Amino acid sequence: MTHTVAKQIRRIILRQSRRANVGHIGSALSVADILAVLYHDILRIPSPRDPERDRFVLSKGHSALALYAVLSLKGWLDERELSTFCGEGSRLSVHPEYGVPGVELATGSLGQGLSFGAGAALAARMQNSNRRVFVLLSDAECDEGSVWEAALFAAHHRLSNLVAVVDRNGQQALGRTEEVLALEPLAAKWQSFGWHAQEVDGHDLEALRRSLQPAPQANGQPQVIIARTTLGKGVSYMQSQIKWHYWPMSEAEYNQAIAEVEAAP
Amino acid sequence: MRAAFMQTLTELASQDPRILLLTGDLGYMAVEPFAEKHPSRFINVGVAEQNMIGVATGLAEAGFIPFVYSIVPFAVLRPYEFIRNGPIQHRWPVRIVGVGGGFEYGTNGLSHYGLEDIAVMRAQPSIHVIAPADAQQTRTALLRAWNLPGPVYLRIGKDDRQVVPGLSGEFELGRLQTLSEGSEALIIAMGSVAMEAAAATVALRERNVSCGLAILAHVNPAPVDHLANLLEKVPLVITVEAHYCAGGAGSLVAEVIAERGLRCRLVRCGVRTLPEAVSGSARFHHQKHGLTAEQLVGTVLQSLGRTS
Repeated sequence: MTHTVAKQIRRIILRQSRRANVGHIGSALSVADILAVLYHDILRIPSPRDPERDRFVLSKGHSALALYAVLSLKGWLDERELSTFCGEGSRLSVHPEYGVPGVELATGSLGQGLSFGAGAALAARMQNSNRRVFVLLSDAECDEGSVWEAALFAAHHRLSNLVAVVDRNGQQALGRTEEVLALEPLAAKWQSFGWHAQEVDGHDLEALRRSLQPAPQANGQPQVIIARTTLGKGVSYMQSQIKWHYWPMSEAEYNQAIAEVEAAP
Repeated sequence: MRAAFMQTLTELASQDPRILLLTGDLGYMAVEPFAEKHPSRFINVGVAEQNMIGVATGLAEAGFIPFVYSIVPFAVLRPYEFIRNGPIQHRWPVRIVGVGGGFEYGTNGLSHYGLEDIAVMRAQPSIHVIAPADAQQTRTALLRAWNLPGPVYLRIGKDDRQVVPGLSGEFELGRLQTLSEGSEALIIAMGSVAMEAAAATVALRERNVSCGLAILAHVNPAPVDHLANLLEKVPLVITVEAHYCAGGAGSLVAEVIAERGLRCRLVRCGVRTLPEAVSGSARFHHQKHGLTAEQLVGTVLQSLGRTS
């Protein structure tokens, strides 16, 4: 069940970020449901090395822990290795690095994933493959000009096998996105760039699943899903609190957080 | 070198379907042979160099060998972080082709000069950096390098008529090309300014100065052993490059001399100051920075303590 996967992802995020005493917890929780739907229901990845696999790029690399969680649930990452997260010599850094099974692209510098995704989607078409390419961006990542270079390119080349998902939690490192550098109307911006844009509740698993299917009405356009999310979703005291972009949890905070996640349906 | 590069790439692409050519909307009267022969494998991505590298990275991961083409600073400096985090970190075979190193776009201004590309590219441990000296060497270098594992940066000049006497299109990975030897001094030249160095070498011989000439085209990974081997035979080496002194060929030679504890004295001829904001040909700018054959002759004579 997808919602079980989402719950497992949240559990791993909390456990590992507590164990390693690191932050970016809110950003990871924000995308837990998106990753659950993608990896449980959408992506066709028989193995991380299958050349015909769908590609998933975590362009917002600071949510890497959520990705490691889902990769371990898929069995591609040893569960014991998860507990090396942020340790000396661990392959699992705060941002995904080269060489981790299931990580398509090392990220961490925002604004680089969508161009790679456009290249991957173009490659699939040139190779007559029906594989799809998914890129998960943060909303503030759309501050980067390179995102819009890639957006122009993907629309011009009618890369209908490319799907961008924007984690629209409205928070960036130092403030609310609309106060730092206003993005709205965000869906309209993507539409004006030639994309088929949908806005969905980024924690509604069924809505996410529907939106991530190929959209026949898109008529050759690349698709963008603006997923309205909540930073720190699932932990009451973290939700929409900027502190939880960077801050690690105390033991007491961890106990409350894990209790809330376990108690959720 | 542009025409030689494009002709050779077009031939290679006929043999290997993995080869693609991407341009950032540059290469008028240069890219046409490839575009006409292989239209489905030629993509003008528009004026968007970061995206060009990102797209090439995605194509390379999927098994293609994409060549991206632009003028040096637009090919290297604008998308530098994309190059570092993409093809370099992932060891994917993206080929970055920068045209017009040094002052070749002399009348276009500093925005178009390639004066620090070698420095920033050779700072990266796992990218091949190749700067041929003439058109024939460009062809050989491309034939040797197109299918190397991992990324490659190829810095080529504009002029296809240029021939460095005696080079005869030689190129070998990990080595310099020694065109002549001398007991008093050795000139090591990088890129198309090697023409000036070659003329200077001839003029020095006419003045009975025993000065050799070597071409440094494969810059990274540095041909350290071969360089050390050449340097230990001469008391004086003069590096010649249309590039800032910091980080270029002269810096590389200095590193080898220092780390190998060689007795060879080094004089670096390169660009040491911000170029004046004035228009002029490559030769005009070479003259401003002491890189013409006559100036190089003077520098060598002075370094040897001889009067000119």
